[in-house]
Amino acid sequence: MKRSAILLMILFVFTLSSCSKKELIVVTTTSLDNSGLLAYILPSFEEEYGIFVKVVALGTGAALEMGEMGEADILLVHAYESEVEFVNNGFGEKRDNIMFNDFIFVGPHEIGVMSIEETLEVISENYDFYSRGDNSGTHTKELYLWNEFGYDVDTFEDWYKETGQGMGSTLTMTSLSKYFTLTDRATYLSMLENIDLVIVFEQCPELKNQYGVIKVNPELHNRNEEYADLFYDWIIREDTQALIATYILYDTQLFYPNAGD
Amino acid sequence: MILESVIKAFELLFSFDREIYSIIFLSLTISILATIVGSFFGTIFGILISISDFKLKKFTKKIVFTFMGIPPVVLGLIVLLLITGPFDGMNLLFTKSAMFIAQTLLVLPIVTGNIVISSEKTQKKVLETATTLGASKFDKIVLLIKEIKPFIMMSVILGFSRALSEVGAVMLVGGNIKNDTRVMTTYIALNNSMGEYSVSIAMGMILLLIAFILHTLLARFRGDFYD
Repeated sequence: MKRSAILLMILFVFTLSSCSKKELIVVTTTSLDNSGLLAYILPSFEEEYGIFVKVVALGTGAALEMGEMGEADILLVHAYESEVEFVNNGFGEKRDNIMFNDFIFVGPHEIGVMSIEETLEVISENYDFYSRGDNSGTHTKELYLWNEFGYDVDTFEDWYKETGQGMGSTLTMTSLSKYFTLTDRATYLSMLENIDLVIVFEQCPELKNQYGVIKVNPELHNRNEEYADLFYDWIIREDTQALIATYILYDTQLFYPNAGD
Repeated sequence: MILESVIKAFELLFSFDREIYSIIFLSLTISILATIVGSFFGTIFGILISISDFKLKKFTKKIVFTFMGIPPVVLGLIVLLLITGPFDGMNLLFTKSAMFIAQTLLVLPIVTGNIVISSEKTQKKVLETATTLGASKFDKIVLLIKEIKPFIMMSVILGFSRALSEVGAVMLVGGNIKNDTRVMTTYIALNNSMGEYSVSIAMGMILLLIAFILHTLLARFRGDFYD
């Protein structure tokens, strides 16, 4: 009886550790994970190669940190400058564009603005705003926009609040508080059912949201780098790129593939 | 990494950074207030449940014990639904008051449950003696409280630990808003999400240190409990 219990426990531990499985660790941003794209395209990779993909969703800052610590094989992130720096510092072996979409300003009602300057002006003068405040790709973009158009975030008063949470939570909070915020279009659309927010400004070059794939330097870990190569080549391959373009939510194409650009 | 974090912890503590101090202060204030209120009502409910005989007593106890293990994030969700629903007019969403309410509700069943158990164990012998001496119901309750004092103490400590350490509920109803509703645990969660692990560990150590200091202070008042 006792022996069988011990055997059972050993078996249990083995099942949990699953060290012999073919698997790959992909660390990505919360916005990409919330969008549902990975769940849409990953089955085709797993079917083709029989490799199980473990997706870990973190902010872009944390994702890069995981890469530096050698805890990831592949990174899918959206902060171009930090990505290039990451590769230049030797933490990443290579980087490519995979796709882009855009950021949008959302709020409880329309505010009749025609340009990004006007959007920032009207929001900062009349409304309350939630910032992600978490060094994520979206937060980086938002800070860049304020700065680019002559605002100093540090001087902002009570109307500007940092949630320090992921895109999904921040959108929920924005909806509940009737505030405004900056979000990527994919997360917004994937949450549309549960939030009461409309797009107040969209479509301008400053709001482009570029996603990249990075293969983490295999010298930082002792896992099989072959799987990472397979994944890297797969995601920039033509048919996968075409598959990304077919991901549609609410009649809207969410991501525009641009590998090789 | 660990050593780096120890250094970071001391740096944070002695940096006299206003943000860090206000985060620590808010954490303590809310947890202590929630523990006081939750323990007060928890002790009353616990004793009332244990000394009264009523039809649904067993069922009530089961409910209390179940709620002792409620995941904070679930309780946070319930509070969120309440303050955005029936109590919408009170403007509690993403405020310190909401965090206080959530933590109080977390502490309440823990104290109640522990008091019920300890009070039921002690009351039989105490109450029999008291009855033969002709004590009134009120006298009996006072006597019982005196008798189970160490257990009340333990329940309060358990409740406080629960309040200080939980993250799910305050994140949900407080929103982790910078310079407003950000407390130690949500600050740690934020730093984890940013990959700032050494700040997280440093803050975690400060949290443990504070708990240790509080217990040291408590030991002065109730030394017997720590012997």
